[in-house]
Amino acid sequence: MTSVKTSSPPSPPPADKSPGVALHAGTSDLRALVMNNLRQSGIYVALVVIVGFFAVLTDGVSLSPGNITNIVLQYSYILVLAIGMVIIIIGGHIDLSVGSVVALTGAVSAVLVIREGFPWWVGILAAVAVGVAVGAWHGFWVAYAGIPAFIVTLAGMLLFRGLTLRVLDNISLSPFPADYQQVAAGFLNGLLGGDGFDAFTLLIGAVAVAGYAVSGFRTRVARVRYQQPVESFPLFVARVVLVGAVIMYFAWQLAHARGLPIVLIILAALVLVYGLLTRRTVFGRQVYAIGGNLSAATLSGVKVRTVNFWMFVNMGFLAAVAGVIYSSRSNGAQPAAGNMFELDAIAAAFIGGAAVTGGVGTVMGAVVGGLIMAVMSNGMQLMGVDQSIQSVVKGLVLLVAVAFDVYNKRRAGASR
Amino acid sequence: MDDTILEMRRITKTFPGVTALADVSLAVRRGEIHAICGENGAGKSTLMKVLSGVHPTGSYDGEIVLDGKPMNFRGIRDSESHGVVIIHQELALVPYLSIAENIFLGNERRGPGGLIDWNRANAEAAELLASVGLYENPVTPVIQLGVGKQQLVEIAKALSKKVRLLILDEPTAALNDIDSAHLLDLLRRLRDQGITSILISHKLNEVTAIADATTVIRDGRTVETLSLASGEVTQERIIRGMVGRDLDSFYPDRVSSPGEEVLRIENWSVRHPTQDRLVVDDASLDVRAGEVVGIAGLMGAGRTELAMSLFGRTYGRDIRGRLFVRGREVRARTVAEAIEHGIAYVTEDRKRFGLNLIDDVRHNVSAAALGRLARLGWVNGNEEIKVAEQSRRDMNIKTTSVMAVVGKLSGGNQQKVVLSKWLFTNPDVLILDEPTRGIDVGAKFEIYTIVNRLVAEGKAVILISSELPELLGMCDRIYTLAAGRITGQVPVAEATQENLMDLMTKDKERVG
Repeated sequence: MTSVKTSSPPSPPPADKSPGVALHAGTSDLRALVMNNLRQSGIYVALVVIVGFFAVLTDGVSLSPGNITNIVLQYSYILVLAIGMVIIIIGGHIDLSVGSVVALTGAVSAVLVIREGFPWWVGILAAVAVGVAVGAWHGFWVAYAGIPAFIVTLAGMLLFRGLTLRVLDNISLSPFPADYQQVAAGFLNGLLGGDGFDAFTLLIGAVAVAGYAVSGFRTRVARVRYQQPVESFPLFVARVVLVGAVIMYFAWQLAHARGLPIVLIILAALVLVYGLLTRRTVFGRQVYAIGGNLSAATLSGVKVRTVNFWMFVNMGFLAAVAGVIYSSRSNGAQPAAGNMFELDAIAAAFIGGAAVTGGVGTVMGAVVGGLIMAVMSNGMQLMGVDQSIQSVVKGLVLLVAVAFDVYNKRRAGASR
Repeated sequence: MDDTILEMRRITKTFPGVTALADVSLAVRRGEIHAICGENGAGKSTLMKVLSGVHPTGSYDGEIVLDGKPMNFRGIRDSESHGVVIIHQELALVPYLSIAENIFLGNERRGPGGLIDWNRANAEAAELLASVGLYENPVTPVIQLGVGKQQLVEIAKALSKKVRLLILDEPTAALNDIDSAHLLDLLRRLRDQGITSILISHKLNEVTAIADATTVIRDGRTVETLSLASGEVTQERIIRGMVGRDLDSFYPDRVSSPGEEVLRIENWSVRHPTQDRLVVDDASLDVRAGEVVGIAGLMGAGRTELAMSLFGRTYGRDIRGRLFVRGREVRARTVAEAIEHGIAYVTEDRKRFGLNLIDDVRHNVSAAALGRLARLGWVNGNEEIKVAEQSRRDMNIKTTSVMAVVGKLSGGNQQKVVLSKWLFTNPDVLILDEPTRGIDVGAKFEIYTIVNRLVAEGKAVILISSELPELLGMCDRIYTLAAGRITGQVPVAEATQENLMDLMTKDKERVG
């Protein structure tokens, strides 16, 4: 058996390996680059604008070290949920149950650790097990019974809220022992000392910047070798410097507050892992294929049921992670915990560029979308804006973000 | 005053880049059954859409004269108010509504206060049903009826609109013999009541049995109108009219040297997924390495259904028969298994079934064989780009980059992407379903060249096409399919459009 393509004559000169390849090639046409990436970059621009907006309105309070730490702590569980949710949405589904699952997993953990006196890690493992089981339940009904996810997870939302009440006997449990609270309230600091700031936080920041630069450079070299268009080298350097500056500023501020939150490390790890999972694995690519055109994916041999099933199992897992973080942060479990979290997570995914019809979206986009909501909520709280107005603003932002997306797509369609 | 009810004069209809109808004229006499025959894509349906106002006045050139008065239909409701009613091939009934509700949909029988008067509606529906010979309770949901009875409901619906000119587009394509006979009987009775019918049909035995006059259309032009009275309406004569054109002679040459048998099916039968009838009926065929085997058949003959049932059972239920790949019997119950056995199916509807239009060329090319680019579940993105670039060169896909979104490419280039996708699965047999539908002449030639190259490399190709010249130009052998049965197998040297068309319209009783 010979393959037409793989056995075909050697493809283009696979390039000289001198570092020069990365230096010369590429375009400096900023305009084209910006236009080509408007959809992706638009969201980052929006985040910067909103951050700047609130920095001005709050006289810089929103950018103070303490407040930045607060934003991370306060919205981390929404960001975790948004990561799972965007994958579900890319696959063409929705999950309305995550708020209830956050409550249930937190409750199970609280019962084991607070009431029964098990060590902290037993609570976490049990929460994760429950989350995965819930995900498998949803996955079974969606993938194998063929029930629309909207219905399955709407039922799940009621079902698991009810189970939460059951598990907690309708009362709140608190407090967790100190080591459980570390998950959400803990900081890694003092490991390397520092004078008025935490050196370890800065080191981690520096490592992150270095990682970004190295991986960016390697991608660039690979792209050049495979004759793909790249930005010009000065532009590449400018991008790395800019991103590096933002990360270091962020680390600097954290270092001057309470140090590096453990939650932030969890979050960074999840973003990294799920970013790779969606872009670089067969599973991730099949999620996009199913959401983009279910029939074509089926006829291409994608095992649609299996992929759908694991999508929901994964969502259950991440809901459990969010449940642990939330219970740890609120230092207990409440029957009404996690109420409306699903809507925040869904909104984050859509603001981050996911398409209602499926097949489009990124983990990074969803996280940035979640950050936009976080910065807005936080900024408005600092300004003392009334709760009612906050809700109105968030609703309008969601609507405008999706409208912008739809408009963009229609324009792209028209130019066909 | 003559007795012409309808005259369509010099109708010309163009779509962007295509002339669907050129100067078509049609005259229908009052109280006759007038058949329209032509190959797939000849323009029959377009002509009827012009007549029924689906293509409104102004979107075409020419004149429609009904009862001596020129008409300018702005839409379906407009034409229906003049008694012109079309029944489409795909029935337009709402499955969960009752017979009566369907009959009066959009035309509800109202009582005082604008509320629907159900007693009146059901009573009137019962009368209409009786007049078409359907004895069912009008409150029965339509989904509980078979296709044949649903067809009768459609006709009852037309009668409720005071139809004078009834247009039926392939009404018997989905019916079994008994239901077809009933329907034709009903048309005769309606004729006796003074209702004129226009019948579009591929089943020439039906046409010759029932039509008072037959108009043949080819390539968007009227060829001739034959009248029963003059004894001109014979199947041979109609076929000659339908295919009588020169071979578009742009098929690249190929030296044929068939090798070993690659794929064979025996006694293959497939049942319709929801209806109780065989879509493929006891079919057997084989294809060899280095050979292009054609499947010719009219719409509804079961070509695509046959192909998809082979390809991981993606169509139909209760599939019976044996499938052999390289002489060994195999089972291909899923697409993944079919791909593993070296079978690839290039769909006739690339936008719906072939491509993820919102994704880029690169990801579409690798979609069916991502495993080849992955280790432990991780995709090698750089190799993927290399593969896509190789396809771009091999197939001459015209795109700025393999990162370009597939939805923005032209039809021909999209088709090349689909072909690339399947070639990357490294198949032994390629089933190409209407591979040149909707693409321009230049791209067609390129596709033909690619097919010839693949065959020269030892692949086997099954080519399904509605265009007989394409089959004659490309194939080594051609199977003909009619109503799910293989009615013949013709080496290309002996094949002509006439004898193929004859086999394609062969009915069960004539097969014996």
